[in-house]
Amino acid sequence: MQVPLSWYLVVAAALFCIGLYGVLSRRNAIGILMGVELMLNAVNVNLIAFWRYVEVVQASVAGQVFAIIVITVAAAEAAVGLALIIAIYRSRRTVDVTEADQLKL
Amino acid sequence: MSVQHVVFIILSAIALIGALGVVLNRRLFRSALFLVVSFVGVAGFYILLEAELLAMIQLLVYVGAIAILIIFAIMLSRQAMAADDKVLNEQWVLGGLAAVVLCAFLIYILTRVNWPVVEAAVPANSIQRLGESLVNPNGFVLPFEVASVLLLVALVGAVIIAREK
Amino acid sequence: MTANLFFNLTWLIPLFPLAAFAIIVLWTNRNQLLSTWVAWIGIGLAWILGWLIFWLAGYHAKYLTAPVENFPVPLFSIPTGSTELQVGFQVDTLTGLMLFMVPFVCLMIFIYSKGYMNYGTKAVDSRYSRFFAYISLFACGMLGLVVSDNLVTLLIFWEVMGLCSYLLIGFWFEKKYADPNRITPKQAGLKAFLTTRIGDILMLAGMLLLYTQTGTLTFKEIFSSEVLEKLATTYAFGQVPWATVIAILIFGGAVGKSAQFPLHIWLPDAMEGPTPVSALIHAATMVSAGVYLVARIIPLFVAVEGGTQLAVVAFIGAFTALFSGTMAIAQNDIKRVLAYSTISQLGFMFAALGIGAYVAAVFHLITHAFFKALLFLGSGSVIHGVEHGHHHTAHEGHGHESPEGDLRGGEFDANDMMNMGGLLRRMPATGWAFIVGALALTGIFPWAGFWSKDEILADAWNAFMHGTEFGVAKFWPIFVWAMLIVAALLTAFYTARLVFLTFAGRPRTEAAHHAPESVPSMTWPLIILAIFSTFLGLFGMPWASQVYNLLGKYSTILGEHIPHGEFNALVAGISLFVAALGWLFGWLLYGRKPLAAAVDPLEKPLGPVYTLFKNRYYIDQIYQKVIIRPVIGLASAAYAFDDRIVIDPIVDGVGRFGRWLSEFLKKAVDNPIVDGAVNGVGRATAWSGEFMRATQTGQIQNYLLVAVVTVLLLLILFIVRS
Repeated sequence: MQVPLSWYLVVAAALFCIGLYGVLSRRNAIGILMGVELMLNAVNVNLIAFWRYVEVVQASVAGQVFAIIVITVAAAEAAVGLALIIAIYRSRRTVDVTEADQLKL
Repeated sequence: MSVQHVVFIILSAIALIGALGVVLNRRLFRSALFLVVSFVGVAGFYILLEAELLAMIQLLVYVGAIAILIIFAIMLSRQAMAADDKVLNEQWVLGGLAAVVLCAFLIYILTRVNWPVVEAAVPANSIQRLGESLVNPNGFVLPFEVASVLLLVALVGAVIIAREK
Repeated sequence: MTANLFFNLTWLIPLFPLAAFAIIVLWTNRNQLLSTWVAWIGIGLAWILGWLIFWLAGYHAKYLTAPVENFPVPLFSIPTGSTELQVGFQVDTLTGLMLFMVPFVCLMIFIYSKGYMNYGTKAVDSRYSRFFAYISLFACGMLGLVVSDNLVTLLIFWEVMGLCSYLLIGFWFEKKYADPNRITPKQAGLKAFLTTRIGDILMLAGMLLLYTQTGTLTFKEIFSSEVLEKLATTYAFGQVPWATVIAILIFGGAVGKSAQFPLHIWLPDAMEGPTPVSALIHAATMVSAGVYLVARIIPLFVAVEGGTQLAVVAFIGAFTALFSGTMAIAQNDIKRVLAYSTISQLGFMFAALGIGAYVAAVFHLITHAFFKALLFLGSGSVIHGVEHGHHHTAHEGHGHESPEGDLRGGEFDANDMMNMGGLLRRMPATGWAFIVGALALTGIFPWAGFWSKDEILADAWNAFMHGTEFGVAKFWPIFVWAMLIVAALLTAFYTARLVFLTFAGRPRTEAAHHAPESVPSMTWPLIILAIFSTFLGLFGMPWASQVYNLLGKYSTILGEHIPHGEFNALVAGISLFVAALGWLFGWLLYGRKPLAAAVDPLEKPLGPVYTLFKNRYYIDQIYQKVIIRPVIGLASAAYAFDDRIVIDPIVDGVGRFGRWLSEFLKKAVDNPIVDGAVNGVGRATAWSGEFMRATQTGQIQNYLLVAVVTVLLLLILFIVRS
């Protein structure tokens, strides 16, 4: 444990922010989805880091379990999201989210 | 500067450069491939943190399923993307600015806090423990089962949404 | 004490006929019989209560040791500025006597009216019920007048009577005459109202001065010795005592209401009204209200010793008596003769008051009411009969007569005595009752008029001989006496003329020939009044005068100062002689050789004087030229000036200013500010909507960015804070 915890956290934060940038700025829906995956990964890194550095002494595996659940959810969400994108693509012939503004006033 | 540090730096470089590649690349397919790179880097982190099972799960699920799924989706929607299409939307400046500022803040905070770090060794049977806890009534069986149901629902939902009319 | 109970109900007396008026006006107007009975019950109740109060007042006066004070009973008070007006009623022996006479005579006239207004026949008057309503209201006015305890309510009832007089004189307001010089009922009503108004203004002025000097208008307070002392000794403009000024001004009101010279002009023309009206208002009650008023405020007149106010009253009265007597002998209209006779008799009463013969004046007032009402009702009966006769001959015809007009060729006038004659045979009840009244009027022993008129003459003589207790200077009553004696002669003469022309001889026209006797509802009141006219005088016999007891002995109106004249056989003899002389002249001219033609034997000898009498000394025309035309001219000029130069510009100016202001406001306020605000709100809302709309892009990434930026801001806040 020579690497200080904060290093891990910093990397996770950076990863998160990069993912955030991708979500906010990309046009393509799949690109946004990829950004979301990056953010989820960052979260997982955070969780495991904390598990290793704080929780291990309690002989608990809650951190890992949490991370597993997150991965599961990410998978489900990716599946559904991509299904949605396919469906939208089929009907509108576009995956550009800026064209999906039907809720505009 | 021990070996761990070096490894850490390499791994973080892989992860971060992969991530940058995802968000900055013009071509979507390449973004997907960079995504895989980033996933691998994160898996490396898990190994470094002595959560091997999780590293494997990461590789299996994320790289093996999610990334593949994404690539499938990219393929299926190929016609929509022309190479000269715009990549970024109108707010990318603000978005980038927000992300950078947020990053700065987070880093500033994270490095200031005195984390309650405890030096301890990982028990040898941690994987066994993990397995046990997932099915232990006093443990995490409930989230486990719910997650399963969620997957089932997502599966059914995805099929319904994406099928041909 | 039950007497007190009944005295306290005195205020009901005027209310009964008032209620009758209200009931007839509001409910029974359509039903003639019901209206008649309502009116009769109203006046009947007032009569019963009135006689009861009269008897109680007399009893109270005679058998209780303390003299009767006029005890005012306050009813309610009206706040008037800094003081309060106490409204109430009072009963003393003067009121009691009036209550004896007024409701009874009114009742007789009410009963008579049923027949006169032709109830039950084809010719029934179309406004029959209204007539009864009006006379009920009038009765309320007179009764209220006599029970008032202060000058204000007296004035109110005075004006009520004036109003009813106007309404009743002009009752047949649609009647028009072919001759434009003949006054129509409508005009006569106006003339009466306006002339009495002049008197009323003087009276009001007197009341106002009285109020400013004393601060009160209640009789009891005015007649207290302190107030009288003050009024007698303080001087208006440093010359004349206030008591004199006020007394003369209030007397002005009496001059108007009682038709004394110079305001006598309305009474003869008031004969255009129905005869019961003439009897009621212009014989028995309203015109005597003036006399009552002066009698009531006599303390004001005597407050100043030897003052001129009494002389003024006496001379106006005496002059009027003589003056109107001269006009009466030349009138052909039966009612107008009686009207002048009334004026003349009222003159007698005022003369009596002026020389201090208070008791004689009031006694004559009472007796005069009875026999003058009798005479008027009798004349009405005669006129009624002649009208029926005219109708009968003119329209149904006997075959050999043609519809005739006046013997002189004009419209047939049933009032004209020249169209009558020989009616005693045709209408015996009316005739004999009328003759009784004539005897009473002229003062023949033992009829009532003898006692009352003789007492006045006797008191005038005594005043001349001994000076009155009222402090009048000694010598001038002789002139009063002389004028009154001549007036008595004239009275007998024209009364005899009246009786002979109407009832004696042979009928001069077919109408008179066929005149029927009147219905019982008309003849019975005549008979009853004739009985009273005969026997009433006995109450005033000088050696046992009940009237004197009531007014003089038992009343504290003037303390012990009311004089009681001794019976003077010489004076009585002179007055009787003069009356007989008048009858003789009348018989000589009109009775001995009944007139065949319509020429008055008096015309030629008197010549231009006769014409002067007949045309009433041309006073109406003089007034018209001197007073009325200038006043109307002035009013027209004022109207023209006011309306065109003052009022129209103001009104137009206001209108134009209003318009301008409105347009200005519209431009300056309405459009910019109000519209601006309203539109502004609308525009602001629309703008803010448009503005807000921009945030709803429908793109999730925008929303997400907003969330992220918000989180960042919160973070910054958090960090900066800590």
